Amino acid sequence: MLIKPIMRLAPDDTDFKFMKGRIAGLAVSAVLSFASIVLFFYPGLHLGIDFSGGIVMEVRTDGPADFQKIRQTLAGENVPDHGVQRFGDDSTVRIRLPAQPTEAGTQVAVTKVRIALEKSIQGAKIVRTDAVGASVSSELFRHGLLALGISLLMILAYIWFRFEWQFAVGAVVTLILDITKAVGFLVVTRIEFDLVMVAAILTILGYSTNDKVVVYDRVRENLRRFKTMPLRDLIDLSINETLNRTLGTSMTVFLASLPLALFGGASISGFAWVMLFGIVVGTSSSIFIAAPILLFLGENRLRRDTAAVEVPEPGTAPQP
Amino acid sequence: MMYFSRLKAAAILGVCLLGLLLSLPNVIPAPVAGIPWPTVHLGLDLRGGSYLLMEVDMKAVIKERLDSLIDSTRQALRPGAIFYQTLEAQPEQKRVLLRLRDPAKMDAALAALRPLVSHDGPNNTADLDLLPQGDGSILLSLSPAALQARSVSAVQQSIEIVRRRIDETGVVDPQITRQGDNRLVVQLPGIEDPNRIKQLLGKTAHMTFRMVEETATLSPGAPPPPGVEFLQMQEGGGGGRIAVRKRVDVDGGDLTDARAGTNGQTGDWVVNFKFNSNGGRRFADITRANVGKRFAIVLDDKVISAPAIREAITGGSGQISGGFTVTSANELAVLLRAGALPAPLTVVEERTIGPELGADSIRAGAISLLAGFLFVIAFMAFFYGLFGWFANLCLVLNLIMMLALMSLLEATLTLPGMAGILLTLGMAVDANILINERIREEQKRGRPPLAALEHGFQRAYATIFDSNAATFLSHVMLFAFGSGPVKGFAVTITIGIATSMFTAWMLTRLLVAQWYVSTRPKLLPV
Repeated sequence: MLIKPIMRLAPDDTDFKFMKGRIAGLAVSAVLSFASIVLFFYPGLHLGIDFSGGIVMEVRTDGPADFQKIRQTLAGENVPDHGVQRFGDDSTVRIRLPAQPTEAGTQVAVTKVRIALEKSIQGAKIVRTDAVGASVSSELFRHGLLALGISLLMILAYIWFRFEWQFAVGAVVTLILDITKAVGFLVVTRIEFDLVMVAAILTILGYSTNDKVVVYDRVRENLRRFKTMPLRDLIDLSINETLNRTLGTSMTVFLASLPLALFGGASISGFAWVMLFGIVVGTSSSIFIAAPILLFLGENRLRRDTAAVEVPEPGTAPQP
Repeated sequence: MMYFSRLKAAAILGVCLLGLLLSLPNVIPAPVAGIPWPTVHLGLDLRGGSYLLMEVDMKAVIKERLDSLIDSTRQALRPGAIFYQTLEAQPEQKRVLLRLRDPAKMDAALAALRPLVSHDGPNNTADLDLLPQGDGSILLSLSPAALQARSVSAVQQSIEIVRRRIDETGVVDPQITRQGDNRLVVQLPGIEDPNRIKQLLGKTAHMTFRMVEETATLSPGAPPPPGVEFLQMQEGGGGGRIAVRKRVDVDGGDLTDARAGTNGQTGDWVVNFKFNSNGGRRFADITRANVGKRFAIVLDDKVISAPAIREAITGGSGQISGGFTVTSANELAVLLRAGALPAPLTVVEERTIGPELGADSIRAGAISLLAGFLFVIAFMAFFYGLFGWFANLCLVLNLIMMLALMSLLEATLTLPGMAGILLTLGMAVDANILINERIREEQKRGRPPLAALEHGFQRAYATIFDSNAATFLSHVMLFAFGSGPVKGFAVTITIGIATSMFTAWMLTRLLVAQWYVSTRPKLLPV
């Protein structure tokens, strides 16, 4: 363990025919993404107050919380709740209140509820208050989408610039499919979609891009080394060659994020679960989606030089 | 590739040492006060506190501008005896409608109104458009650019006044910044219940001293006589409504000081104030000319009190009584001292986190970080042996350098930011995995150790560069366009990519080169 590696994640000379499974891979992905889109419209994302407006309060009580009493208190103040739930442990309660018609109304509601709760429940302490007005929430949503769109465009532009357009299109289409699945995951798990989730999706995007670029980079290199190898075999070879790295990196990132999901606390564990899901999706999509798309797009185009020479010396540095 | 001049090696180690030094302020307190001691700032979500996003009420700004425009229009038309049928504000359309009684006087009216237009907008654009209509009316329309400039300046002025008001409350280290054209962000570390501050900021606190119109009759439904308005008396000041002249005799802007105190005779809470010389003189003139009459002290369209003037007040100071309690007297004094806001501010977003919860988040984040870190170290040692340990050393230094850079930039660490650190750990490891895999591959292709190292690093670098550059670019964009948690996250990732590129490319290579030179192995243990 100090000098020699104990073992390898995958044997060195694997020869999996990944491209044989391309149709199956694309089909599974398409079905999952389609299902996610359906889920996105019905029942839809569970929007957090960042995007729907409203108030969230986290209340800590001495001993297990009395939900009935909290609900009664809220009803007594004429503020209908949108859910009172346990948050993390028994003595912490998360209260969600709907957006009020005006910004001032939201502030009034915050004050009213805060005072009423502290008065009616002995030892209750409000440890968090988030109040987002309607105008801000729609703005945050726009900004979130904008950030997502710009990120995708930057990735498209960069890969186009450094590779060929087939690579750029392959990567971005795969990334979009990845994102739809993450959205589907959010709907199924009922994790609240808020700004932190936007950050999570963007992280998945970053990680997934990273992974695709590594595989593509090897394809690009092999295109120069093996001038006559059919693209299909070449892609298979590239994936096999980078398999140890792909598995190694995804395992470390997975391991690094796992503690966050387990002990990160209620407010960040949602983020970590989405991350974990994204790592699995992002890694598999590099192999089963991004590579097949490249194969379809590049079948007859990426071979510009048809001279039947195999370059035996792998000494040339990859050039942009 | 594998050769390092002494100078280069020293430079690389120097950078690492510098990183170590710069990260130290985070773990040890400043030895002497007053020296620069840059540390990572904890976001409000970790240290606890309150974040308020406040918006300038543009409707109020527009209304005020239109009201003053009507006033000046009236004055501009008087000398030429130009009479009008209608003169009304249309706040929805951001304009004033003026309908002349005699359409033939259109040109004269336009000439009289022209001096009202000032070209002080951006690029000398007019702040007001005079649009003559066919039916003998003129629209005085506020230009959008001038309105925007007005809202920006309202925010700028508000920042100063908000700061003064908050300073009075003793909040330590508040941060008040402009956001966009019409918003400002108020960050209050350590504040668990921002209610008092919200109340303090919720008032424009525009105070005026005006005369009470005794002759006007207060009949419900009847419109007030010209130049007079009916205002509500404040609770404790007698209640009911009172007729007050619109003309402002002395403005609250002329106050230099205000303190809460008690009246020596009655023992009631009052606010004592002092005028500057201009205000003092005007106050003296007014009180001298109106002995026996009543004047009204108006705060934000509410009359606090309307005492009768017993004698001329020439000392430049006075006293407001109005059924105050100790709290309300102090609050009014604070508001008067800090000055009036140019426009009302509304809270549009609030995020308050108790310090208890923040500490919980830090603990949870730290435990997760540590656990994740240990997992990664074990993984690397297990699967890559010695080269894994090189990577692990780089990982530790990567963390230290991230801390150093974040301290240097005074970046803010938030909870999502902590998640970002964890993620960069993964990405830093990825760089080392790419290097190790590549070296192994080159060795398997039959290259001798040195050549395998040379090629391995070179090839891996191209890959690392491409894969990180794409992520880097997209996160820079996120930092530029994102808000809140997204931003905090993007900061750590961007910094983390930069430091991990350095450690993977420079430090790992240096370590491997030194190891190779000292051991000269026949076979690389990858």
